[in-house]
Amino acid sequence: MLRRTLLTTAALAMTLGGAAFAESHGEEITAGFIYIGPPGDGGWTYEHDQARQKMEAHFEGKVKTVYQENVPESADAERAITQMALSGANIIFTTSFGYMDPTLAVAEKFPDVKFEHATGYKRADNVSTYSARFYEGRAVQGHIAGKMTKTNKIGYIASVPIPEVIRGINSAYIHAKKVNPDVEFSIIWLYTWFDPAKEADAARALIENGADVVLQHTDSTAPQAAAKEAGNVITFGQASDMSDYAPMPRVSSIIDNWAPYYIERVQAVIDGTWESTDTWDGISTGMVEIGEISDAVPADVKAEALALKDAIAAGEYHPFTGPLNKQDGSPWLAEGEVADDGTLAGMNFYVEGITAEVPN
Amino acid sequence: MIRLEKRPQPSQLWTAITPLVAVLLTMIVGGLMFAALGTDPLEAIRTIFWDPLFHDRFASFSRPQLLVKAGPLVLIAIGLSIGFRAGIWNIGAEGQYIIGAICGAAAGLAFYPSESVLIFPLMILCGALGGWLWAMIPAVLKTRFGTNEILVSLMLVYVAQNILISVSTGLLRNPEGMGFPGSRNFKQWDATHNAEIFANTGMHWGVVAALIAVIAAYVLMARHIQGFNIRLMGEAPRAARFSGVNPARIVFLCLGIAGVLAGMAGLFEVTGPAGQITGSFNAGYGFTAIIVAFLGRLHPIGILLAGLLMALTYIGGELAQLTLGVPGASIQLFQGMLLFFLLGLDVFTNYRLRIGHKEVA
Amino acid sequence: MDLSSINPVLLVASIMISATPILLAAIGEMVVEKSGVLNLGVEGMMITGAVVGFAVAVNTTSPGLGFVAAAVAGAVLSLTFGLLTQFMLSNQVATGLGLTLAGLGLSSLIGKPYEGIKSPTLPKFEIPLLSDLPILGKMLFSHDVMVYFSLLLVAAVWAFLKYTRAGLILRAVGESHDSAHALGYKVVYIRLFAILFGGACAGLGGAYLSLVRVPQWTEGMTAGAGWIALAIVVFASWRAGRVLIGAYLFGGVTVLQLNLQAAGANVPVALLSASPYLITILVLVVISARGAHGAPASLGRSFHASN
Repeated sequence: MLRRTLLTTAALAMTLGGAAFAESHGEEITAGFIYIGPPGDGGWTYEHDQARQKMEAHFEGKVKTVYQENVPESADAERAITQMALSGANIIFTTSFGYMDPTLAVAEKFPDVKFEHATGYKRADNVSTYSARFYEGRAVQGHIAGKMTKTNKIGYIASVPIPEVIRGINSAYIHAKKVNPDVEFSIIWLYTWFDPAKEADAARALIENGADVVLQHTDSTAPQAAAKEAGNVITFGQASDMSDYAPMPRVSSIIDNWAPYYIERVQAVIDGTWESTDTWDGISTGMVEIGEISDAVPADVKAEALALKDAIAAGEYHPFTGPLNKQDGSPWLAEGEVADDGTLAGMNFYVEGITAEVPN
Repeated sequence: MIRLEKRPQPSQLWTAITPLVAVLLTMIVGGLMFAALGTDPLEAIRTIFWDPLFHDRFASFSRPQLLVKAGPLVLIAIGLSIGFRAGIWNIGAEGQYIIGAICGAAAGLAFYPSESVLIFPLMILCGALGGWLWAMIPAVLKTRFGTNEILVSLMLVYVAQNILISVSTGLLRNPEGMGFPGSRNFKQWDATHNAEIFANTGMHWGVVAALIAVIAAYVLMARHIQGFNIRLMGEAPRAARFSGVNPARIVFLCLGIAGVLAGMAGLFEVTGPAGQITGSFNAGYGFTAIIVAFLGRLHPIGILLAGLLMALTYIGGELAQLTLGVPGASIQLFQGMLLFFLLGLDVFTNYRLRIGHKEVA
Repeated sequence: MDLSSINPVLLVASIMISATPILLAAIGEMVVEKSGVLNLGVEGMMITGAVVGFAVAVNTTSPGLGFVAAAVAGAVLSLTFGLLTQFMLSNQVATGLGLTLAGLGLSSLIGKPYEGIKSPTLPKFEIPLLSDLPILGKMLFSHDVMVYFSLLLVAAVWAFLKYTRAGLILRAVGESHDSAHALGYKVVYIRLFAILFGGACAGLGGAYLSLVRVPQWTEGMTAGAGWIALAIVVFASWRAGRVLIGAYLFGGVTVLQLNLQAAGANVPVALLSASPYLITILVLVVISARGAHGAPASLGRSFHASN
């Protein structure tokens, strides 16, 4: 509750100060955040909110933050963003794909406010986009999963069929297959990013079908709980570390670390150097972190996984390196060829070996 | 002993003042809730009820937004209220709203990228038709088999929601959308954009349609024979049958009107404020409209006012979240309280409170 | 696809877990409707039960106390509905919707501090002897105690309505409140009791979600389960045995769809998710076409002694 109270006080001060506030405290900056879920989701919104707090702490009172949670991706989004801009925010982070068009529409009306849209592809003079190369983390997960599975069946809880999710499935599959040619992927699509009851059911269904590794691209910890109940199943934290479930079932995780990016962008606003950019960072800059690999993973596998991570971080290895064929057998990448960002950004096909079909 | 005694006639006084008393009570109890949450209650109430209208920084934006938010609520609630007056409980307006939006949007998208002026009227027509068709399912089942319309219309909401998810990731997906779900954005296609008629007023075609619906419903219920039949069927079904009212026809009429209006509301929303078909463009307007219909005590003018009041609590609630940091959930609770108080106080319209024993007479 | 990987034993066991929350809520709502009251606030009572049950279980480390608290919370919330509809004679449809709205708001306020933490959960209770049976033992007799409780509750409600005098009175009140009143029964208090029972059951159903099935607390976690419970009551044409079938069918389709996906079948997800609702409509049509509605005649109508 402390977070709420702090925020309330900050916001109160701002309201009471009224319009004069911005001038009287000339150097202070307000950063706004629009969240798709509650900060307590334990995954996606949780990490954005953590980063917001770290950023606020970093600037030691020079930056105020405001946020609005549970903003649906409907007409309400545009109003929420507009009201935030009207309330005096200097920079606004809109943290879900569905806010893309609303963000651009509001940005047009507020040329002096900077906007940062997560995971989108449309930009403007005052709109930047940012996203993380989660597929790099998926490669490490796939490696551990392929080594650890005894049933050779890996379950994957997928959310909505968009390129980011498909990229993640491909990356995990390629690296699991590399170390274990017999590996099979079972994929369940839930058409939601966050529904703990459905996620728990999906995890159980996968486990009952023989999967002893469950990967998830949904945000709650419900699959972790289901795996813990089953006993001999391993999982990976998604978006946040989910370390409550370590060392078993959670053996590692992909963590979205937005804090450095938020600090950098707000600093740019303070310095007056902010420019519209497209950021797509991965392990190398720390935007994607690999959570502590627990002792449930044998030391040699852990060492290999860390080596893979280091190779990706150093730019020596790209998770999508040929030879790779598409699912239908048609060649995609030749020996040694590396996928270009354009293809990755719009990825809508599985690689060869995955037996399921991409839903549409 | 306290007991209720039926009034010979509904009290005019209570009909007029219960909404005001309900709002007042909500402010008091809601204020206590905000105080318990650590927010200054006066500040919170002022933010919710006053700031959207008069705040020097927000009001110029949020005043038009009241119309944007109230438009679909009023349009749907008008349709529902007519059925409620006849005792026909269509609680599936959300589904009719979704299907209307899908049909209308699909009709438009079929002609992409034509800039013909005929497209938008065609889309409105198809939207109305879609909502009508979806409402005809419970109507046909009720008249042919006597199936309960409350449950059929409610079940159809979930069917509609699944259709919505399916088309937004499949059939109507924007081919230039980089593989993301969601249709083309109608705001970027002039021929289909339900833009504001006068800039910065919030007045789009959906709001105009809502106002027309208010007037039409008023005329229908107060002046037209079918309006009389509808009321008769609700208040005295047996008398209605004796006077030659065909119940099946009333069911088709009431559900049909509700479906058409909800379908149109969906189309206006998706081509206007929402902009595109996505899995979550529908923000529960169909359910909220039921509350609006009751807050407006099923009277067209009352619904108009109730729609605006509801819009005020939404927008004011958002402002309170933003500026005071109150949780969004408290606003939901606040709206629930408002409804409870109104429903509870409603009893005094038809009954009077007596203290003491029943007199022998 | 390889459907042989679906293990029928585990499938049935999963269906039982996934059906229990809606079964509990539905059996409670059936009693409410049998008394002639339509309470559309099941979703609101369920989610309040979910959060209160979770909070109490976490603070006392006793899931049992959590369930008790959830039942009390559901009943208390349903009391507001009861007072409004029975004493203030408010419209039941609107009041029920208001209850859902208030319940969703209230629960997320209460739940804020409990997001993202783990709770003690119910241990599996293997029924002696029976759980050792081959196949059936694992399928039916190795669940947590609430699964058995829900089944017992269904049986109890069935026996209560069919064989007891109180059950008969309850049904009489639901069929014709005026006649029941004329016979000297306290219509309002009987209905109030039914509403409280329904609230308590919905609260238990919610707590089963947050304490066993998921198990954690998140805002809006019932995700429409309360509405499904309402549908099941109609699907069952107000009979306890059929409520059981309905709940397991709904739970079954959800779990089966996930299992088919897991087995690699290329299923149209949207169509399958919509199928329970379509089936319910179909069943509704069939039972109403046969003329045997089964719906209590006074369902949804207000009662006042002066009428």
